[in-house]
This record gives sequence, structure tokens and C-alpha cells, in this order.
Amino acid sequence: MTHQEVSMSSDASGAEPEIRIRTEVKAGTAPANAPVVITIENVRVAYGDNQVVHDVSMGIPGRQVTAFIGPSGCGKTTLLRCLNRMNDLIDSARITGTIRVDGQDIYAPGTDIIALRRKVGMVFQKSNPFPKSIYDNVVYGLRLAGVRDRARLDEACERSLQAAALWDEVKDRLSDSALGLSGGQQQRVCIARAIAVEPEIILMDEPCSALDPIATLKIEELFYELKERYTIVIVTHNLQQAARVSDKTAFFWLGRLVEFRPTAEMFTNPAQKLTEDYITGRFG
Amino acid sequence: MALQVTARDTRRKVLSRLVEVACGAAVVIALIPLGLVLWFVLKRGLPALTWAFFTGMPQPVGEPGGGMANAMVGTLILIAIAGSIAVPLGIACAVYLTEYPKSRLSWAARFAADNINGVPSIVVGIFAYVVVVLPFRRFSALAGGFALGVMMLPIVIRTTEELLALVPSSLREGALALGATRGRAAWTVIVPAALPGIVTGVLVALARVAGETAPLLFTSFNNRYWSTALTQPIASLTVQIFTYAIAPYEDWHRQAWAGAAVLIGAVLLFSILARTVTRRLERMHRP
Amino acid sequence: MSARPSRTDFRVDLGFRLGTGALAVLVCLIIVGIGLVLARQSWLSIVKFGFGFWRGTTWDPVSGEFGALPFIWGTLYSSFLALLLATPVALGIAIFLSELSPRALKQPLIFLTELLAAVPSIVYGLWGIFVLIPFVRRIQIATPAMLKKLPLFSGPPLGVGMLAAGLVLAVMVVPFIASVAREILKAVPVNQREAAYALGATRWEAIRMVMYYARTGIIGAVMLGLGRALGETMAVTMVIGNNPQVSWSLFAPQHTMAAVIANEFTEAANDLSLDALVEIGLVLFTITVVINGLSRLLIWSVSERAPARRAVRKPAPALAA
Repeated sequence: MTHQEVSMSSDASGAEPEIRIRTEVKAGTAPANAPVVITIENVRVAYGDNQVVHDVSMGIPGRQVTAFIGPSGCGKTTLLRCLNRMNDLIDSARITGTIRVDGQDIYAPGTDIIALRRKVGMVFQKSNPFPKSIYDNVVYGLRLAGVRDRARLDEACERSLQAAALWDEVKDRLSDSALGLSGGQQQRVCIARAIAVEPEIILMDEPCSALDPIATLKIEELFYELKERYTIVIVTHNLQQAARVSDKTAFFWLGRLVEFRPTAEMFTNPAQKLTEDYITGRFG
Repeated sequence: MALQVTARDTRRKVLSRLVEVACGAAVVIALIPLGLVLWFVLKRGLPALTWAFFTGMPQPVGEPGGGMANAMVGTLILIAIAGSIAVPLGIACAVYLTEYPKSRLSWAARFAADNINGVPSIVVGIFAYVVVVLPFRRFSALAGGFALGVMMLPIVIRTTEELLALVPSSLREGALALGATRGRAAWTVIVPAALPGIVTGVLVALARVAGETAPLLFTSFNNRYWSTALTQPIASLTVQIFTYAIAPYEDWHRQAWAGAAVLIGAVLLFSILARTVTRRLERMHRP
Repeated sequence: MSARPSRTDFRVDLGFRLGTGALAVLVCLIIVGIGLVLARQSWLSIVKFGFGFWRGTTWDPVSGEFGALPFIWGTLYSSFLALLLATPVALGIAIFLSELSPRALKQPLIFLTELLAAVPSIVYGLWGIFVLIPFVRRIQIATPAMLKKLPLFSGPPLGVGMLAAGLVLAVMVVPFIASVAREILKAVPVNQREAAYALGATRWEAIRMVMYYARTGIIGAVMLGLGRALGETMAVTMVIGNNPQVSWSLFAPQHTMAAVIANEFTEAANDLSLDALVEIGLVLFTITVVINGLSRLLIWSVSERAPARRAVRKPAPALAA
């Protein structure tokens, strides 16, 4: 896979911005034609009378990081939350269209939502650990599923915290309350918690927006390892972050999908003027 | 995938459903007594609500008929006394709590008010007995009103404080910027802005204390005759209902139900009235 | 226009602060005053009986023997019985209203629960005498003979007794606990539920996490209900039988602290009798102050943790009568 650093500049005359890319090849390469694991077909979402997502269709590739970008209120978080049916919690939400995960329509009547949410995990904008110990937080999902074997839980806890790059920091205090950790650590506990149930897909809703730059960096570094095992979809306001970590980027505007292309192409050579304007900071 | 969907998951879902049903059932269970009480009050009380009931006086023991006119008037007098104690004190205290919310006195006062609220009403009755009845050596409407006033005070303080806190601070700042003193700002701007709500709160509080019995048992005591004198014992609807209910006379039982019907009706009426008053005043005040 | 407030303004402001502050002080004095008045007025009894007051079981104003144990027993028994019955129902209501209820049902149901709290105690008592007691009597008669051998169910089917008192108290306490618990559950941040659901929790499991989060507040709500039950007078005295005996039986007529004060206060023939009753009132006062204080602390701790705009408050009170 390639680690891309994208920097942009524009001179005072407002002429075409110059985009320089420094690339650093890291181990592995994102396959060009990765199989699509989530298919979104003609999805519309409304909250009451308010139409938030208009007719979006796209296919999200597996074992890659896909970023949803766009200005506030463009529907990207709403769409994300459809993928694990979190919008079910909102009374006024109306969803039409089809969303398939691994070929199965997740809104079909009779869908096992518990199984879906195990397969498709989520990390939220503001970290939300439970008021319990770090250990109890991480193994919560497993306990729900009925796993009682202490050895298995311990192993899962260590594995997940390793994957979240938090193990070394907390391994001696797993029984401490998760609320005593810093913001960045709490978010990594939440990531570990999501990983512990062995999902295939992890959805991240602006996971770093409440964190300082150093914590953000630590989490971004996770993505490189995480995407070897999981499909990641990340909503982000931070264009640089999208450019840094994602393989494919989807740009949304006012509920519509404007462009969905490999990140490198999107940022160097956007097909739509709208995309270019957003990326160069002309609005949003 | 290591975590398969298992039979356990089905059990979890069934359990969740059961809990949801149980919670709904809890709601129904709680409403059953309410329905029963209202039903019986209406069923047994309404027929006894005759004109004589509203205008007559209690008859001597054993003689049928009569009414609770003196008791109803008595209750009105008692809550008037209670209100005249609790409302000015309560509003003024609430103003202090709003203007200086972080001071130690405010914390202490809020804590104290909360505790007064929690004191059993019979104990408030003892307090009023010692403070008002003993020195004057007689039961009196004043003593009863005092007891009710003490009970009403924390309610008035709490609701007024909440309403004053809702008034946007920009109003206060505007008044102060125009040169008003804090006190002036409070009395002329902030309190009037919250007035509809305060009125509601007071009305609801009055309705609540009107339903109290225990603190009146040995303060205003009871009075079989017509009396509106503040320094004499006075009849009250609640004590009268109690006296009649525990007596062995069928006719008195009927009148007790009638009294209960009046009481519940009054409480409901006050609540509805209070809410309409608020809405109407709010509409007036809205630009 | 001068920028600095004038001297008179300063004095007026000070006067305002002192004036309204004095009333705040008055409120504090009232609660302290109640305690002091009770202590002073019960002095005769305290001095004469000391702690034996609370161990004695004979309450005989005529002979001057005052043992208050039956009243404590009755108060505690009836209150805990009421809590046992009321807590699951109240929590069920709170959960339903805060997590499960369809939006259309919410407001009417909240109104109805408030109505439950607004019914005056005397009306519950009236209903208790004429409707509940015959009903309880029928239950007592229908109790199988085998159960009647147990101390819990022994005694003649009088109707009046601990069971009736527990039932009436439970009905009165439910809306109290329910409304406080509901506010507490509302104060738990939404993202806790979301986190649970996102990990595959069922409705109930998510609610369990919410309740775990709010556990101190819920305990506080239940304690508030306890405080209310302990001080309830009229409805209890009308259905409990007013018999100062210590009995485990649900069917036995018993007595409570509040009820004995209500019944005997006006008939206290001498100073000692009066002071004995006031002493009972003093203990009742102390217990309820402690419980209310504790429950307030517990409830505060939840609302401090949760980023609620306004602190969770106790319900617009239905007063104990």
C-alpha cells in the first residue's frame, strides 16, 4: 500500500493550486480491483420531512479504507449510520433503497440485526466507553454473545488492545475505569471494543475530531494495520486526514454523491468542479 | 467468523421482548389503582353532591343530611393564609437563589428547602402546634395556615427558581446596562418575565396543600359550625372527610365521598386552569 | 452617563442582596427550627425513658408506659413492603417512558403518572377503607389454610392490616420513584446506548447499560420513595388497624409512627404523653432528613457526571399527608 502525503498550496492570485504528492511505499499494496463488500443502491434517507440523502449508489471495496468527505450536513454521517442500521434508533428516519453487506440486503425483513452489528462495527465521534473497567469495556461485546471462558476473553482483550495500539499502555491496569484514560486512549479503547467482536467492517464517524493532533496521529497509524484485516469506512471533516489514510474517497454534497474515486486521483485530478472547489477550500 | 449467531442470541431477543412487555405492563398496573380511585370517587361521590352539600352545615351526630359548606370555605381560608406566607417568602428567596446561585448560602438554602419538602406533613403539624397553638393555647386557622405555608414554601421556591433561571440572561444584562440596580432589574424585568410560570406554580402548589390533612389535625383542628375567624379552629374539607370516613354512619360516608369528589375535582381544575393561564399569558407576552 | 455605579446604587444593591438573602437564611432556619422545636418539646419523654423508649413494646398512655418499638416496626415493615411492590413497577414505568414508549403515548402517560401523584392522601385513604379493605379481606379469606399456618399469613381476616397499608403506600410511592428515575435515565448520554447497540446489544441489554450508568441515581430515586413512604400518615392510618403490636403477619393490624401521632395527639392527656408523641415525631423527622439528604446526594452525583443542562430534580412534590 502507498502512504501518500498530499500538500496543497495556492498562490495569492487564486490561480490553479499546485498539488504535490510525496509518496512512500509501505508494505503491501491496495489491490486495484478489490471486491465490493458493501453495495449501496439508490439509497434515500429522510428524517421526517427533511430529505438528507438523495439517491446514492456506490460500492465500497473490502479491506481498504474508504473515506466519506463533504461539508457539514451533506449526509455522510447519515449514510454511514445506515450501514449498521443505527438509524433505526431514530424514530423519524425513513430509508429507501437497498444496502447489501456481503450480498445480503440488511434492510430485508427478518434480518438479524445483532449479527449485522457484530459484522459491522462502529466507532463514534466522541469516545463513549462504558463506566466500567478497560477490560470490561473491551470484552463487552463478547460477553453479550455469551462468551464466558475467561481465557478466551483475556486473549481477545489482549489481541484487540494490541490492534488498537493500546496494550502496552494499559496492560497493567486493565481493571481501572476506562473513564480515567485520556481522550485519545478512550477512543482507542472504543476501537478495541469494536474489534473484539471480530467484525469484518468497521465504520468510523469522525473518530479523531475530538482529539488532539498527537492522539489523532496515533489513531491514523492504526489504519494501516487495521485495513489488512477489516474494511474501514471513515467519515471525516479533515481533508488531509482523508488524503493521508484512505484508499478511496467519496465526496458528498447536500446529500448527493458527487464523486467516488481512488484518493490519489481524487485529490490530484478531481473530475468535478465542485469537488475541486471543496478540496481547495473554496467552500465548506 | 469466530462469533456465530447462536441459539443464545434468540434467547436474548426473546428476553428483551419480555422485558419490553413487562415495562408496558408496569404502566398498566400503575394506572389501575388510579382508575379505580377515580371511578369510585365519581360513582359514590357524585350522587351525594347535592345543593345541600355545598350550602349546608354538618348535622349533629346521627342526623342525616347537611353539607360541608363550612369545610370548603375553611379550606379556602387556610390555603389563602398558606399562600400569603409562602408566596412572598418563596419568590424572594428564589430571586436570591437565581441572582447569586453559587454562594454558599444558596447551596444551604436549596438543601434546606429540599429537606423541608421531605419532612412528613404530620411532623410539620407538630412544629406548627408548638409554635402557634401552644403559645395562644388554642387551635386556630392561623396555625393550620402556617403549617400549610411551611409545606408550600419549598414548592414555591423550587418552581420559581427554575422559572427565573429560564429567563434569558440577556434580559438581566440589558436592564443592568441601562443603569438599573440588581434589585430593580430583578423585580421589574426578570420576575415579570417569568410571571406566567410563577402563577402556574403557585396555583398548583395551592391545590396540593389544599389536599393535606395531617398537618391540620391538631392545628386548625376542626369546627362543626360556621367560622371564618382566623384565631378559632376552622373546618377543612380534608379533615372533615377524615372525620366522616372513620365514623360509623352511612350518611357520613356518602358525604365523605362527595367531599373527595370535590377535592379531586378542585385539584384537577386548578391544574388545568393553571396550565391554561400560563399558555394565555405566554401568548400575551410573546412579541 | 457615569460608568461607575453610584454610592446609592451600591447600597440599594447591597440592600437587595441582604434582603433576599435574609429570606434564604430564614429557609435554613426553618428546617433547623423544626428539629430544635421537636427536640425541646420531646424533652420530658427523652429524659424519662432514654433509649428504652425504643425497646419497649407496651404503649399505654393511661398508665404512662410508653414503648415505641411497635411503631418503628410498623413504619419500617409497611415502608419496605411498599418499596418491594412499588420499585419494579416504578422502574418499569421509567424505562418505558424514557426508552420504549412511542412518542404519541409519552405525554398522556406522563400526565397520568402525575395525576397519580396528585391524588390527595385522604382520598387514597377513603378508597382504602371502603374498597381496598373489603378486597384484602376477600384475599385473606381465600388464602389456602396451608399458607395460613405461616406466621406471614396468620391471623383473622380483618382486612385492615399490614398488607392493605403496604398496598396503599405502594400505589402512592410509585409515581414518585417513577418520575425521578425517568429524569435520571434521560440524563444518561445518548452515546452510551449507541455504543451498546453498535456492539449488538438487544433493547434490554442497552437499557441495562443505561441503568448501570445511572445506578446511583436510581438508588437515590428509590430512597426518595422510601422517605415518602416513611412519612405517609392518612392513608396508612385509615387502613392499617392502628394496633400497636409487633407482628410478622401481613394480615395483622399494626401501627406506624406517623399514624400514632395523628391518632393520639389531640388526646394526649398530659405533658408526658404529648412529649412521647413528639419524640416519635423527632425520630421520624431525623430519619427522613437523613434519607432525603442521602438520596439527593446520590441523584446529584449522576447529574453532575452527565452533561445535562439542568440538574435532575425531585418531582414537583406530592406532599406526604
